[in-house]
Amino acid sequence: MLTGDSENTDLDWPLQLYRILKEKQVQQMSYVPDAGHTALINLFLNDHDVCANVLTTEEEGVAIGVGAWLGGMRSVLLMQSSGVGNCINMLSLPVLTRSPLLMLVTMRGEWNEFNPWQMPMGQATQASLEAVGISVMRADTPAELIEMTEQAANMAYESDQQIAVLISQRLIGKKKW
Amino acid sequence: MNRRDAVEKLLSSRQGALVVTGLGSPSYDVHACGDRDDNYYLWGAMGGAALTGLGLAQAQKGKRVMVITGDGEQLMAFGSLATIAVAKPVNLDIIVLDNQHFGETGMQVSHTGQGIDFATIAASCGFARTGVMTTLDQVDQLCIELLQPASGPGLFVLKIAAENLPRSLPPRDAVFVKNRFRGHLGFDPS
Repeated sequence: MLTGDSENTDLDWPLQLYRILKEKQVQQMSYVPDAGHTALINLFLNDHDVCANVLTTEEEGVAIGVGAWLGGMRSVLLMQSSGVGNCINMLSLPVLTRSPLLMLVTMRGEWNEFNPWQMPMGQATQASLEAVGISVMRADTPAELIEMTEQAANMAYESDQQIAVLISQRLIGKKKW
Repeated sequence: MNRRDAVEKLLSSRQGALVVTGLGSPSYDVHACGDRDDNYYLWGAMGGAALTGLGLAQAQKGKRVMVITGDGEQLMAFGSLATIAVAKPVNLDIIVLDNQHFGETGMQVSHTGQGIDFATIAASCGFARTGVMTTLDQVDQLCIELLQPASGPGLFVLKIAAENLPRSLPPRDAVFVKNRFRGHLGFDPS
């Protein structure tokens, strides 16, 4: 395991997010893969104490997470900004039932984007989430991301809030391909 | 087959199973058999019933979870069959009450009325148990089968008459239903 020294923060933010979510007793993780989430997904996939669900579309994870909470389990949902649009109506489930929802969303379509098809949903992500009643936080640095995720987890699981933490494209860096 | 008779059979032999219902008539059918703390009714979030059941089954591995939904609701969650098959819960069964129509919205013919067969699809996805029931006697047999241990998820299609029965409305307060359900499992309202 890498150490969590602050000087390593820029490199190991996925590991620090993983540690925070483990500390918060998250036992279920659902995801649609994204390059920006690769390291965090792999950490969870190698953790046999966490139930991991690969999804065909992001909205599935919204319902799975509410079901988990009905059964007393904490869940986290990982996706890319393009997947937020797929979730909108399903988000009525955690909003209306006032169930915890923690979404970690890697952003596309906002910084050094090479693919124009990512632009419309990337530009609409925050407004779409807020329109349906999700609280949005946005992290532009690894240090911000770690701090925001920790308190967003508290607000979700302790105060029954529905929160998306947007991980800026500037933070993640340009997709390599 | 009358949908209420079929659902009554399923529920009378639930033996502690947690029940999640899809929006519309399946919610009314389950409510008509008696409102209970261990019923979780959806009034919306179309396409969410089977997946809510999956999350619940993963959190409550010691209990059986039965999702009772309609063909229209399950059609909106077509991909969920792949997700559930890959997740392989051994304590989750999906019951599709299939009248082959969109009953809530004017009885338009649905995909299942035009040849789409959920049981075959679920089997090819890798569900451990699947079947199509067209009579109440077959539902009786299903009730026995559901109580046997399974090696993976199940999906059963119950072919029911296309008719809109008198509505039996579950509570619409989603927070109340959630807290009541969680209370049944020993979780205090947070």
